[in-house]
Amino acid sequence: MKEVDLVVIGGGPAGMAAAVKAKEKGVQDVLILERENSLGGILNQCIHNGFGLHYFGEELTGLEYAARFIDKVHRMNIPYCLETMVLNIGSDKTVTAVNSTEGVFTIKAKSIILAMGCRERTRGALNIPGTRPSGIYTAGTAQKYVNIYGYMPGKSVVILGSGDIGLIMARRLTLEGAEVKMVCELLPYSSGLTRNIVQCLDDYNIPLKLNHTVVAVHGKERLEGVTVAEVDQNRKPIPETAEFVPCDTLLLSVGLIPENELSRDAGIELDPVTSGPVVDARMETSVEGIFACGNVAHVHDLVDNVSNESELAGESAAEYILGINVPDRSETIVVKAGNGIRYTVPQLIRKQSLSRDTVKIFFRVADVYRNVRLAARCGNNILVERKRIKVTPGEMETLELKSQALREINAGEELVIELRTDGEGH
Amino acid sequence: MYDVVVVGAGVTGAFIARELSKYRLSILVIDKESDVAMGTSKANSAIVHAGYDAVPGTLKALLNIRGNKMMKRISEELDVSFKMTGSLVVCFSKDGIFELEELKIRGFKNGVEDLEIIGADRLREMEPNISPNAVVALYAPSAGIICPYELTLHAMENAVENGAELKLECELSGISYDREVFRLETTKGVIECRYLVNAAGLYSDTVAEMAGDHSFRINPRKGEYVLLDKIYGSFVNRVIFQLPTDKGKGVLVTPTVDGNLLVGPNAEDIDDKTDTSTTSRGLSEVINVARLSVPSLDTRGIITSFAGLRATGSTGDFIIGPSPVNNKLIHAAGIESPGLTAAPAIGEMVADVLKKNGLKLEDKPDYCPYIEKYTPSRKMSESQWNEAVKKDPAHGRIVCRCEKITEADIVASIRRTIGARNVDAVKRRTRAGMGRCQGGFCSPRVVEILSKELGIPFEEVTKSGGKSVFLLKKTK
Repeated sequence: MKEVDLVVIGGGPAGMAAAVKAKEKGVQDVLILERENSLGGILNQCIHNGFGLHYFGEELTGLEYAARFIDKVHRMNIPYCLETMVLNIGSDKTVTAVNSTEGVFTIKAKSIILAMGCRERTRGALNIPGTRPSGIYTAGTAQKYVNIYGYMPGKSVVILGSGDIGLIMARRLTLEGAEVKMVCELLPYSSGLTRNIVQCLDDYNIPLKLNHTVVAVHGKERLEGVTVAEVDQNRKPIPETAEFVPCDTLLLSVGLIPENELSRDAGIELDPVTSGPVVDARMETSVEGIFACGNVAHVHDLVDNVSNESELAGESAAEYILGINVPDRSETIVVKAGNGIRYTVPQLIRKQSLSRDTVKIFFRVADVYRNVRLAARCGNNILVERKRIKVTPGEMETLELKSQALREINAGEELVIELRTDGEGH
Repeated sequence: MYDVVVVGAGVTGAFIARELSKYRLSILVIDKESDVAMGTSKANSAIVHAGYDAVPGTLKALLNIRGNKMMKRISEELDVSFKMTGSLVVCFSKDGIFELEELKIRGFKNGVEDLEIIGADRLREMEPNISPNAVVALYAPSAGIICPYELTLHAMENAVENGAELKLECELSGISYDREVFRLETTKGVIECRYLVNAAGLYSDTVAEMAGDHSFRINPRKGEYVLLDKIYGSFVNRVIFQLPTDKGKGVLVTPTVDGNLLVGPNAEDIDDKTDTSTTSRGLSEVINVARLSVPSLDTRGIITSFAGLRATGSTGDFIIGPSPVNNKLIHAAGIESPGLTAAPAIGEMVADVLKKNGLKLEDKPDYCPYIEKYTPSRKMSESQWNEAVKKDPAHGRIVCRCEKITEADIVASIRRTIGARNVDAVKRRTRAGMGRCQGGFCSPRVVEILSKELGIPFEEVTKSGGKSVFLLKKTK
């Protein structure tokens, strides 16, 4: 059996950033396994700009952002296998994969970084009733058809869900000559970035119908239309508002799901809210030596954050392999999503791993709130607090905590991330 | 001029054709759809019934039992996934035991001799996720689960490999009969034959009427289903029924042979024979009723939903035999549940009816009951898989991540005896796109492979034939 120090599963932005950082930190023997035929992941179909403002301080397209990391992988001579599908991860850190040159092979790794990304929620998961014609695509699949294959999936389009990929596709399809009739969003607010709503919908006069959903699909062979209805406060469609909208294409941009089938089979503990592994502040999962980063851990809205998080995972894996700062796993602080918070990453902090000056907690709020304070609290002690004019579930939030303060928390105690209001709700 | 034309390439038509292909006959099967198993055979509960439901003495009872007993051999000959899991009819009140006793007696009369009534403790031991309200159940060890489209496809392929012909996208529009010859008007021209078998499923009354036979009607009865992710595949171990009603066997919860969990169907009499749409009411009904059996059913696990139409005949029983207007026209109609189980036995019975009505059945010595077996890459041992990759690197390229289907598997599904011609046909043959992402990742690749293999542009690749294209034109 081939032995490798660090196997990185996935050659998208997360996997590349993690691999590069691990090698920089002294791991000689890194291998990236990628299932597609090139490195770069989903960025390869993102021909629009808006990437890299935080990480590189300049605005890049998805392809350009990916290219910078691909260059790093090449410059650092990090080997990678393309069109290589990982079939299984063992909790003993063996990785079994298959490709067309080596067949099925198993690698024994000292450490593994999970960077498999996520997949899109489908019509089936939403259980939208109606017929089963062609013309219904997840937004990312449509993006692949248009940007990679160079084909148009349709000419009159309704988009369900105002996730970022849906918004981007509304503009892309409009520029290609399709008529995008509307974007329906079940919630009273969009889950997409504000800049995307302005640049992709408002600029092209595409209506965003909040509190609306698709309640039926029509057409026997190709899609012929959808029924759209307004929903009440409980998100139940109001029958009197149902309206038939003729269209030949329905795009779904209704959420992303971290792809953790391999993690589950390896016995890694998953967080039911993020659908990603439970990780500590070093991005280590419940299985020692297996780390997770990027959209496999939780869905990000900015790739810049993915790169930062993945570098942390890469550095932690390097430390683990080299035997530096490996914490006692029993001494943990639980990070809890408190009032108004949907989830946090990390979900726990290992006390002895507090070697860096600060720890960043990433989280999402549960609803749209105005004039609130985001706080990290332990008992009655508020460690840090930030005022915010508006927060939305679509934009990931962070709080940076001083390690010095965290060291004073006893193992077993809870660090609560919460939203504190000055009276006014949303 | 064919000896026999079979109208309908569903599971019934396929087994009739397979049975007839044992003899020196020229056989043609026609179907209006772009693939086999496109009607009732593709969307049903996929159950091999034990045979206790049907009224003793009916064809449903007789052929269910026969079909059940044949299924193990058939599944080996035709390389079809089949598991004899057993089934349970659960009851939520002690009084239910009387109805279960009745079912048991009915089963005994039909020839199902191993039925057993079990109490709450044993039930919970067998099915830990069963409702605490379930107090007693009828256990039928001889029930099982099967893949219905694989069964249909492989039976039809075996028939074709033994000399039968198959014409798809061939819709029948008229029948005339003159001097012992049927003239069939179809979208693929006029076809002549001496015997005509009507296995047209939902449309078998229309076919009968074309020949002037108005002796029965077929009423579509819709059933809606939800399918759950494989992580829920062992949520139950057997087929879980509730007490049957006059409309059918009720909502069941069952593992599938591929490891998913299937929940459904409801039963709704409708008018439109093409209406396979799901409804929010129907889907919630299915889930709510299923939760009576298994309260912890997790709807977050749903990966898709679908509806199928049962071909419910006006006589209440299977309609198998010569038409009252012409004894060279043989009906195999009204094949609703337990039709999937009964199909192999229906095949035998129809051959017998043809013989009784003058068709000479002469054994063909080179008939082979076995289909050429194809092992998908994922089911190979590691050494077999490595050998396969050496011979054809496409065995090492996974196209469908969720189900681990390789490029070689997809190419093989297009090149096989009855090759896939569209994306759904590839899906039914390989499972590419059946998984949790529902084709999100693999459908572009499958479109690409179909385009290459069939030598057609991307814009002509369809989801399921007709106008169901994926792509309209090139970008600017």
